[in-house]
Amino acid sequence: MNDYRYIGKDFVPPDIVGKVTGKAKYAEDFRADGMVFARVYTSPMAHGRVTRIDSSAAAEMDGVIGILTADDLPPVEAPNAPMLTNTPVYVGEPILAVAAIDEKAAEDAIARIRVHIEPLPFAVDPLDSLVEGGPDAREEGNVYVRSREGSGFRSVKWTREQIDEFRAGKEPTGESVDEWSYGDLERGFADATVIIEEPFVTNGYAHMSMEPRTSMAYWENGTCFVYGSAQSQSFMIPGLASMLNVEQKNVILVSEHTGGGFGSKIAAYPMMALPAWFSKKLGRPVQLRITREQEYYVGSARVGFQGWIKVGFAADGRVTATDLFIVEDLGPNATGGDGSSAGDAVSIVYDPESMRYRGVPVLTNTTPRGAQRGPGQNQIAAIMAPIMDKAARELNIDRLEIRKVNAAHNATTVEADQGPITSAYMKEALDMGAKMFNWEAKRDQPRRNGNKVIGVGIGQGYHSAGSDGFDGLVRITPDGKIHLHSGVGNLGTYSYASTTRSAAEVLKCDWNNCVIERGSTAAHLPWSSYQAGSNTTFTHSRANFVAATDAVNKMKEIAATTLGGAVTDYDVADERVFRIGSPTQYMTYAAVAQRAIELGGAYSGQTWPDDIHEITQRAVQNIAGTGLIGVGKDTLRLEGVVPGLAVAFAEIQLDLETGKYDILDYVGIAECGTVVHPQGLAAQMKGGAVWGMGMASLERHVYDPQNGLPANIGYHQCGIPTYLDTPSEIRTGAVDLPDPQSPFGARGIGEPAMGCSVAAMTAAIADALDGHIFSRTPISADMIVNHVNGRPQSFKPLQINNF
Amino acid sequence: MASHDVMPDIELYQPVELSDALDLLERYGDDGWLLGGGQDTYGWLKDRAKHPKAMIDLNGIDSLHGIRELADGLEIGAVTTLVEMIGDPVINRDFGLLSQAAGRVASPQIRNVATLGGNLVQDTRCWYYRRGLSCYRAGGNLCYADSPQGMNREHALFGASRCVAVSPSDTAIALVALEATMVAASLDGERLIPAEKFFAGPDTHITRMTSLDPGEILTAVRVPSKWAGQRFYFEKVADRNVWDFALVSIAAAMAVQGNVINDARFVCGGVACKPHRLRKVERAAVGMTLSEESADTLALLASEGAKPLTYNQFKLPLMENLVRRAVRG
Repeated sequence: MNDYRYIGKDFVPPDIVGKVTGKAKYAEDFRADGMVFARVYTSPMAHGRVTRIDSSAAAEMDGVIGILTADDLPPVEAPNAPMLTNTPVYVGEPILAVAAIDEKAAEDAIARIRVHIEPLPFAVDPLDSLVEGGPDAREEGNVYVRSREGSGFRSVKWTREQIDEFRAGKEPTGESVDEWSYGDLERGFADATVIIEEPFVTNGYAHMSMEPRTSMAYWENGTCFVYGSAQSQSFMIPGLASMLNVEQKNVILVSEHTGGGFGSKIAAYPMMALPAWFSKKLGRPVQLRITREQEYYVGSARVGFQGWIKVGFAADGRVTATDLFIVEDLGPNATGGDGSSAGDAVSIVYDPESMRYRGVPVLTNTTPRGAQRGPGQNQIAAIMAPIMDKAARELNIDRLEIRKVNAAHNATTVEADQGPITSAYMKEALDMGAKMFNWEAKRDQPRRNGNKVIGVGIGQGYHSAGSDGFDGLVRITPDGKIHLHSGVGNLGTYSYASTTRSAAEVLKCDWNNCVIERGSTAAHLPWSSYQAGSNTTFTHSRANFVAATDAVNKMKEIAATTLGGAVTDYDVADERVFRIGSPTQYMTYAAVAQRAIELGGAYSGQTWPDDIHEITQRAVQNIAGTGLIGVGKDTLRLEGVVPGLAVAFAEIQLDLETGKYDILDYVGIAECGTVVHPQGLAAQMKGGAVWGMGMASLERHVYDPQNGLPANIGYHQCGIPTYLDTPSEIRTGAVDLPDPQSPFGARGIGEPAMGCSVAAMTAAIADALDGHIFSRTPISADMIVNHVNGRPQSFKPLQINNF
Repeated sequence: MASHDVMPDIELYQPVELSDALDLLERYGDDGWLLGGGQDTYGWLKDRAKHPKAMIDLNGIDSLHGIRELADGLEIGAVTTLVEMIGDPVINRDFGLLSQAAGRVASPQIRNVATLGGNLVQDTRCWYYRRGLSCYRAGGNLCYADSPQGMNREHALFGASRCVAVSPSDTAIALVALEATMVAASLDGERLIPAEKFFAGPDTHITRMTSLDPGEILTAVRVPSKWAGQRFYFEKVADRNVWDFALVSIAAAMAVQGNVINDARFVCGGVACKPHRLRKVERAAVGMTLSEESADTLALLASEGAKPLTYNQFKLPLMENLVRRAVRG
């Protein structure tokens, strides 16, 4: 336990009551005078060209207000996704929108519209596009290459022999467009005692936010007000302004609560901007509520992998070399990243002495992909865990020990440039988890009971978990209230609130006297980072620390000016600035705030630091003169990658006759520096665990190669796990050792919480099946039944879309 | 492509007499839609994949509710909810097979409102059909699932005829095993239909899954006492343990004396468009003792005649294993 007043202590985030009582307002709950309702017509084809739209019957229907097509909107350069399109590249891509007096009238009108589309070739499996003669997902090509020499689309093809050899598990010899390496790979494999080589597949799948995205927008005096479903808050503004062709100062985003985003609502997205354009055309507020089905089209999905990996191990279990090749299934308009991130994760979690990553991100006519919790890191975690176990068996090393041998620590160097990390205690996490889980006893227990067999597995997860350069803003008003301005966004993790507690910690104030300003960019919010990438806790603990420190310094200056003495003579406590050693000489925060207003200048926001973002500048301008302003950009020391790490231990009982298994025990350990909010951390670890369990066995995209239609357009079909698919108790813990580059020692954890889970599950399944590695997610019951009964799987190697 | 999630305009009738419901059904014909718990209905209507003009809500008709003991067994009203069945002491005492099956339907929330009748007459979950594609079952002229590239992991091993969709009902296999009788009412009177004949394969009715004629309403299910208190086994294997449909399921009833099987009914779900009786297993079981050897012998007969599709061959060993487990108990 630490001595902090707020860090490491539970609290009730202020939006809890609204969520429990139903008073919390989500995007679709907002109304504006004269508001109309929009619906979108989407492409029934995986790839095509709109040749004619007949909307005359719809336009004449009662209640219909207007129709918006791609021709009403500014062109968007691919691979950026358009709001509406005349060349759809996936089933479900929006082509036009109808606004009406209510949703039903809009739906009725949509049903009367006839859109003629000329079909174009399409691909729903990257290998079908990559093979010579295969279709490209876009007319521009099947790969978008980013390079210093010039980015753009290309058509990358492999020979049929190269595809066949890849499917056969051999090292891919086809062209890659992304490559990095470090160390002497050849020597690493030469030094290896055991080499394991595996082709693998991780299927993509939907984000499945409980709240399908809704946006409502209207214009007033050139400013666009958008009520949207968003993970982030301030971070949405630049992208939204760009989509709306206005300056950032002319966009207000209201987003008080969000029903899940999981990476799909990090930044401004086309369906958020669409109602604003429609509103501009109609001169009325427009709300667009995407249906559950449409959320599966436009709501983003995890990138799928078809890959090959070769790992060399020394006799002591040390990873000497890793060679990784990944074909990414990118959907139609992403530019890749999961593959290389997977390579980064391997370089950190298993710390190979040498490594090479090669990748080719291939476009497909499937739902657009984006970052999903642990994008890349979690896919590869699922594949690596059974490989580590296979090596351990061949080397006769305990599966825990082989992970400890390779565990990341403070001196570990990572990624392509082999740079430093801020801190890492993976070994401590493994030891803590092993103790809670009782690893040795569970490992050595009798395994077989009739047709039931026990399997135990260990998983490790990683994601970079922090950044810098964002701003913090606090304000103390003459009524004594402490306003903590959070532009983080309310994704549902409560980190928007928990990170403000670092400001309260610095200010040594009563939490009950604090007001978190949030929910609307009109609430004078600072430039805050995206609420994603496991980074909020690290990044905004720092930003709030900086702002609060600025406020404390200003209060000391005011006290010294008012009461005499030097600034260093003063300290703060109990919402007073007092003279050290002379506690009767003090000013209350309220009095200091009043004095700040009288003094003006930087004290009350009339001036501000040059280096803060324009969004923060405007926030300060708007609240100038209302109190004492603490504001600053986080320029604290940050050297190296900030790792969020987690480990999991799972025990399953697998039924060899049904292919089903029960999860008997699960322990997840966070290694995220100092624990900031225990309940929030436990919720992250448990939620991540459940998600990993779904990825391991249930969740997957399925597209029919005949027509490009997705089979998964609902919760049932997507296989999101239920209570009865998860253990009744998920135990969690935390290493709780501080990171030296965080003022209170905290790092993020969101994504590794899932990666360790899926890895523990794939490892446990392999363990139950005498080490058989499927090298695939999900590992569904049918696959296990086929394996146990000696039947071949129903899909060919590296095939996706097997359902 | 439109996407809907708002209820369309539709007439709602809430009759309190069966005769009124039958009159309404007669009046609306194909444009009438019978409403039980609504768990299948609202999906179809909100998706606008079906377009009836009127919903005839059966829940207000008292005679369709409840569980009644008969001289020979039980009668269960068609709009009796699954949760009522699960908690009924007589069903639990005599026909645990049925309460087990009802208890594995969907999820607790759905079982609270879903009715027995609705569970029996629900439509198939074939995703192509549910998407609204013009397949055989939807009146078209092809089957998307039974094609070289079709996604057919969840489709049929038996009884395919143009369509390869499977019956999704968990209670159906239990009722076929228990030799239940369905009571169908129409303006012409009442018709009794053996459970096994109640469910229709694509070879007889490709656009519907029961043998109910237009104008008929399923009013009750009668379960004879023949199998009361016998040895039962029910198991449903689905991807998820709740809110999912069977990959393969089994309902078995065995009359056992000493350790010898005197009579047996084995019915599988998820493998055909209707509950699939394992007649060879049933015949072979008679006279066998309950043993691991018998289980193995009978298991091998389970999947005889199966015609697996591209992605559903796993259902063969799964069927065999479920028979094995049913014999083991």
